[in-house]
Amino acid sequence: MYFALNDDQTALREGVRDLLTGECTPELVRGAWADPAAGAAALWAQLTEMGLPGAAVPEAQGGLGLGACDIVPLLEEAGRVAAPIPLVETAFVAAPLFAAAGLETELDLLLEGKLLVACALDGSPLVPYGQFADRTLISSDASAGRSIRMLDAVTTAAAGSAVDSIDATRAVLSLAGDRPEGVRLDLSPAQATAAWQRGVLGSAAELVGLARTLLAQTTAYVKDRRQFGVPVGSFQAIKHHLADALIAVEFAGPAVMRAAWSLDQGSSNRDRDVAMAKALASAAAERVAAIAVQCHGAIAYTTEYDLHLYAKRVWAGSRCWGSAEWQRRRVAVALGL
Amino acid sequence: MDLEYTESEKEFRAQAREWLVANVPRGLKSGDTAEGFAQHVEWEKLLYDARWAVVSWPERYGGRAASLWEWLIFEEEYYRAGGPPRVTQNGIFLLAPTVFDFGTPEQQDAVLPRMAAADDLWCQGWSEPGAGSDLAATSSRAKPDPTGGWRLTGQKTWTTRGAFCTHMFGLFRTDPESERHHGLTYFMIPLDTQGITVRGFDRLDGDEGFAEVFLEDVHVPDEAVLGGVGEGWRVAMSTTGSERGLTLRSPGRFMSAAENLISLAQSRPDAATPILRDKIASAWIDAEAYRLFTLSQVTSIVAGGSPGAQSSLNKVFWSELDIRLQGTALDLLGQEAELDGAWTRSFMFALAGPIYAGTNEIQRNIIAERLLGLPRK
Repeated sequence: MYFALNDDQTALREGVRDLLTGECTPELVRGAWADPAAGAAALWAQLTEMGLPGAAVPEAQGGLGLGACDIVPLLEEAGRVAAPIPLVETAFVAAPLFAAAGLETELDLLLEGKLLVACALDGSPLVPYGQFADRTLISSDASAGRSIRMLDAVTTAAAGSAVDSIDATRAVLSLAGDRPEGVRLDLSPAQATAAWQRGVLGSAAELVGLARTLLAQTTAYVKDRRQFGVPVGSFQAIKHHLADALIAVEFAGPAVMRAAWSLDQGSSNRDRDVAMAKALASAAAERVAAIAVQCHGAIAYTTEYDLHLYAKRVWAGSRCWGSAEWQRRRVAVALGL
Repeated sequence: MDLEYTESEKEFRAQAREWLVANVPRGLKSGDTAEGFAQHVEWEKLLYDARWAVVSWPERYGGRAASLWEWLIFEEEYYRAGGPPRVTQNGIFLLAPTVFDFGTPEQQDAVLPRMAAADDLWCQGWSEPGAGSDLAATSSRAKPDPTGGWRLTGQKTWTTRGAFCTHMFGLFRTDPESERHHGLTYFMIPLDTQGITVRGFDRLDGDEGFAEVFLEDVHVPDEAVLGGVGEGWRVAMSTTGSERGLTLRSPGRFMSAAENLISLAQSRPDAATPILRDKIASAWIDAEAYRLFTLSQVTSIVAGGSPGAQSSLNKVFWSELDIRLQGTALDLLGQEAELDGAWTRSFMFALAGPIYAGTNEIQRNIIAERLLGLPRK
């Protein structure tokens, strides 16, 4: 039993953290609000240099051949900086699918950093990043093993319409109405379900990262902000809010890493473990975001201050890939309830 | 990452499971009643004879020198088999780690084997009428006896199983000029010493498991001091780390309770509404999250780390998850929850969790100040 990252995993994580801390600044995220495609492209070029597009692709097919336990900490880092990019969808969901389904053209483009992918695998008409993604993967319900189909950018643009997300970086496209057929990927139901599970897990990892940032920003703020002649962080009411936030994050984190392990091992409990991870991560991120706003006070309720960049990413993303309630229902079924 | 147990750990689990399934007693009265306590002591002696009472202790004191991993495994199997709460817990989980850390070899030899064998039964003498969450307000005092040893005077209260135990450990003020955390000393005291009066009283859940302990000019020898005169706060804090963290409430207890909750729901399908199924799934998820948090914590401890203030995270999490879990069981029981049954008892006991071992309000202060670095003032 050893429930911690090994040296290689830690080194990889720190490399990605250093890069993202330097590159994916609040200014870059703000820029992506104005021009989501440009913001994503700038960051993706940097991450491509580190080989991230191919992280989950087998080495024999030109990737890094990493497992979920290696990649999940990197996705948490991407969440930490609110990376305005479909990283989970492109690198963790689509890349191994393209490799498995033999889509060599798409795989080659993706590995070169020239292809970003959006996903809507639960039948939802809303496609985050769909406005600028080069390919979109859709399914009526991949979690149940239903087929996954691929749309190119021209088809999505013709069939979809841009809608406003509360987080403009997500560039959501609506595919309401007749959905285009697209190309059906040559996958087994199990492979479709595995793709869904990777999306759920990746999303959970990003949410944990976002929650950590919201907590860190709030902690720093309440140490600094003075009212009644003292730092507001000296008040018990604030301390207890932030203690609850830390508890929420600290008990979600290990569940996310365990789900990564279950995926890598092909555990018979992997679907339950992934669902549990997302249930905890969504609930934690939503809770921490609410606490962060409350403990900041009025300044949280502005867009000039950076906090909203991270809080809105939580509100926009925490119900994607299955809300906390949806995932708990999946756990309940697995438990025989 | 490696979330598999080794072959030898699996073998340890199999041995523990086999023995526990064959030996765990059924239908004991509550260990917090006089009659039930005697039954539980018999069970503790059976555990000791089979060397399952204190698995993590060295073999010479009746243990198996089990690793922390094996201890966690034993706890899982213990509660999985339906083992009753340990009436020896305040000795073996709270005092013993302190004796291992601070005791002289003579104290260790005198205290530990009799504790393991359930010959001496220990209660914790910390709370006083004026010192609950504020342990540093301890006013019971000890002064040196001119002929050697110490003279103790004061009152302890809310002492769990104090009316049934044979020994008590507690803090006393040895420096009359001192304040707060200073000048305290940790004593180990036989409760049959002259000058001690113990009065049992009923708890909220109906058991007579509480006691007040009055000490009036009680003489104890120098060997009753654990860890040095005036060092009591430091010594006591090592025990609170154990109490709040792993050892008092291992994950196995809550995993087993969550499984029992699922069985209860399955036996009452009409009562298990979608909302209750959601709460049950939550309870199971939280128990499992506590187990996983513990695995990462133990990984760090095994690598030489110390949980420190992190143990406050454990304490808040397990105590509040327990209330949610037991409360959900009452919702499933419906009107039957009114009856004096096991789940309702467990619910009432769970309400004590956020109070004992330092209230959760204090724990949240500790989390905010020591883990997040918020200012004390």
